[in-house]
Amino acid sequence: MQKLMLGDEAIAQAAIDAGLSGVYSYPGTPSTEITEYIQASKQAKELRIHSDWAANEKTAMEAALGMAYAGKRSMSCMKHVGLNVAADNFMNAAVTGVNGGMVVVVADDPSMHSSQNEQDSRIYGKFALIPVLEPSNQQEAYDMTYVAFELSEKYKVPVMVRITTRVAHSRAGVTTKDVKPQNEMKLPSDPRQFVLLPAIARKQYKGLLNNQVHFNTESENSSFNQYFEGTDKKMGIIACGLGYNYLREILPEGECKFPVLKVTQYPMPQKQVKQIAAETESLLVIEEGYPMVEELIKGFLEKENVSGRLDGTLPRDGELNADIVGAALGYPTHSGESKVPDFIANRPPSMCPGCSHIDVYTALNEALEAYSPGRVFSDIGCYTLGALPPFNSINSCVDMGASVTMAKGAADAGLVPAVSVIGDSTFTHSGMTGLLDAVNENSPITVIISDNESTSMTGGQDSAALGRLEAICEGLGVDPAHIRVMNPIKKNHEELVAIMKEEFEFDGPSVIIPRRECIQKASRRRKMEAKAKMKS
Amino acid sequence: MKTDIILAGVGGQGILSIAATLGIAALENNWYLKQAETHGMSQRGGAVVSHLRISDKPIASDLVPLGKANVIISVEPMESLRYLDYLSETGYVVTNVKPFVNISDYPEEAKIMEYINNLPNVVAIDADKIANDLNARRSSNIVMLGAAAPFLNVELSVLESGLRQIFGSKGDDVVEMNLKALHAGYNFAMENK
Ligand SMILES: Cc1ncc(C[n+]2csc(CCOP(=O)(O)OP(=O)(O)O)c2C)c(N)n1
Repeated sequence: MQKLMLGDEAIAQAAIDAGLSGVYSYPGTPSTEITEYIQASKQAKELRIHSDWAANEKTAMEAALGMAYAGKRSMSCMKHVGLNVAADNFMNAAVTGVNGGMVVVVADDPSMHSSQNEQDSRIYGKFALIPVLEPSNQQEAYDMTYVAFELSEKYKVPVMVRITTRVAHSRAGVTTKDVKPQNEMKLPSDPRQFVLLPAIARKQYKGLLNNQVHFNTESENSSFNQYFEGTDKKMGIIACGLGYNYLREILPEGECKFPVLKVTQYPMPQKQVKQIAAETESLLVIEEGYPMVEELIKGFLEKENVSGRLDGTLPRDGELNADIVGAALGYPTHSGESKVPDFIANRPPSMCPGCSHIDVYTALNEALEAYSPGRVFSDIGCYTLGALPPFNSINSCVDMGASVTMAKGAADAGLVPAVSVIGDSTFTHSGMTGLLDAVNENSPITVIISDNESTSMTGGQDSAALGRLEAICEGLGVDPAHIRVMNPIKKNHEELVAIMKEEFEFDGPSVIIPRRECIQKASRRRKMEAKAKMKS
Repeated sequence: MKTDIILAGVGGQGILSIAATLGIAALENNWYLKQAETHGMSQRGGAVVSHLRISDKPIASDLVPLGKANVIISVEPMESLRYLDYLSETGYVVTNVKPFVNISDYPEEAKIMEYINNLPNVVAIDADKIANDLNARRSSNIVMLGAAAPFLNVELSVLESGLRQIFGSKGDDVVEMNLKALHAGYNFAMENK
């Protein structure tokens, strides 16, 4: 029977069924539920599949590569910006290649529902010269992940599965396949395969280049890429990934008179692209993300009659949907004035009543009253919501860890004191190394690690260095006298303000750790404890 | 059969319990289902929406196209209006009347209610009060599901069976309570639609 699954869950179940030995990930919307599913799966537990969270995406992917080195099947999952963090490993893993199958799942977030940008990971896949699978629905998410491991082992390269929010976070019925056994441990037959000294790397890279033609043949023969004949040759439609679904919402299979090429496996299948270009007068490219395929086909000289996101037939940014695709095809689904009354107010996300970050920002605003504005660098997590009223406390949110190092750079420029506000998980993800830079140069910055003992923005995963933040800061060389731990509750408000003021005046790196458990996490924990008590 | 539903609310209000019941019902009947959810940042008290599509034929898009929804089910009055452009000409708005005010510029309640009451097809229901009166405080979302039931192209018995499956593990009392909530919502809608 079919099971209702999120796209994320379908990927997780497919990996388990395909003989996965370990998933290595750092949470990030919309990828988080893949790893969480494996963590909660009884089947995965019985099969002893590794699923603990890693400190960041780079450490995660490296561990996955290590497992693939040892001959087992591994997977690493992250959101699109997480691949920036893991990119060094990602690009080089394409050159080392793998031994056991390795699948990298990257979840893009067009329209930036929960992200800083809408970068398109297919371009990373192309950059690394590896095959990319882009499911258009939840069943394909399952089927593609299942075969991705085989493809990876066949050519000994990592394979990327690229999804977007609507596949990741939408549920549909999924049919599963047989469970395969895990690989036995087996070291690579070439002991130098993974040693990327220049001479070896050149040889490995040639191997990767030589495989490109095979990757193209795989795409041309893939059942995931489909050619649908059409009688009206005025236009051919190339629909990639999710874009294919929106096309079928407007023009179902039997009702579409135009030839259609569905592309969900990359590199682009050359034969079929040439075929559709040759037999039609113009091409419309429907793709979720950047106009990657459109650019590829159109080329610099715009010789072909190709339209899509570049010429404005489809919007250049944001998610697609059936309405947008319908309009581009000349089939408007909806017209007329909006019926939504204009008094409807926006309802942006906000910090939960009782959240410790609220106490931190209330104190911070007061402690900074004596200084000119514009000196608070922040980071990514629930505490980023301190950018919104009534707090208006922070001046930056760029990429994980940047608060510490941007504060340092600004202090170098003369902005003293400069303050960093960072969460506990973000600090261990990418803040620690920046703090080391600040220690080495005795930079006058104050790093406030707003420690809610949780990775809350993504759903309350455990934090990598629970209870060890002071020790880490001390180990990095921060003077213990300037590591101040505090419980941020109303009663301690004056004291927290005083501590902040003191440390802002200190001429060197200091750390303040306001520590109180995330209220959501605390309430879940209490519920679980009560349940456990009932049972015993 | 084919039903497109927009489920609206505020992060933390648990609109997914409504979706889950419909999901199980769909599976039992071998219908196709697509349900696009809001995860991530907006769950922190922001506006959240779920698109739910049920059909006896395969469904392509995960999102409901504009002007195609048979029903908007909203557990909060202002949120019921945010997605009006998705509603079809003959579609129904089924909304809870109790505001969830977590923003400083929340519009005047009277203004919202006036707009809602002037919609051509609407059921405005105090689901919290009905649930409270039934001593089923936590089932207000199931009251909402019941109130939407007349417009879903789905037999009430199908929803009942969905509820039995979802709450079965929690005991007969919980199942009964939710069935009562479902019927109370349904009856209200039939009398007030
Ligand atoms: C490179 C990267 N990986 C993952 C994410 C997703 N992400 C956003 S916030 C967050 C959690 C931050 O946790 P923490 O710093 O402890 O702050 P909290 O939300 O608990 O306040 C994560 C994982 C991201 N934006 N960028």
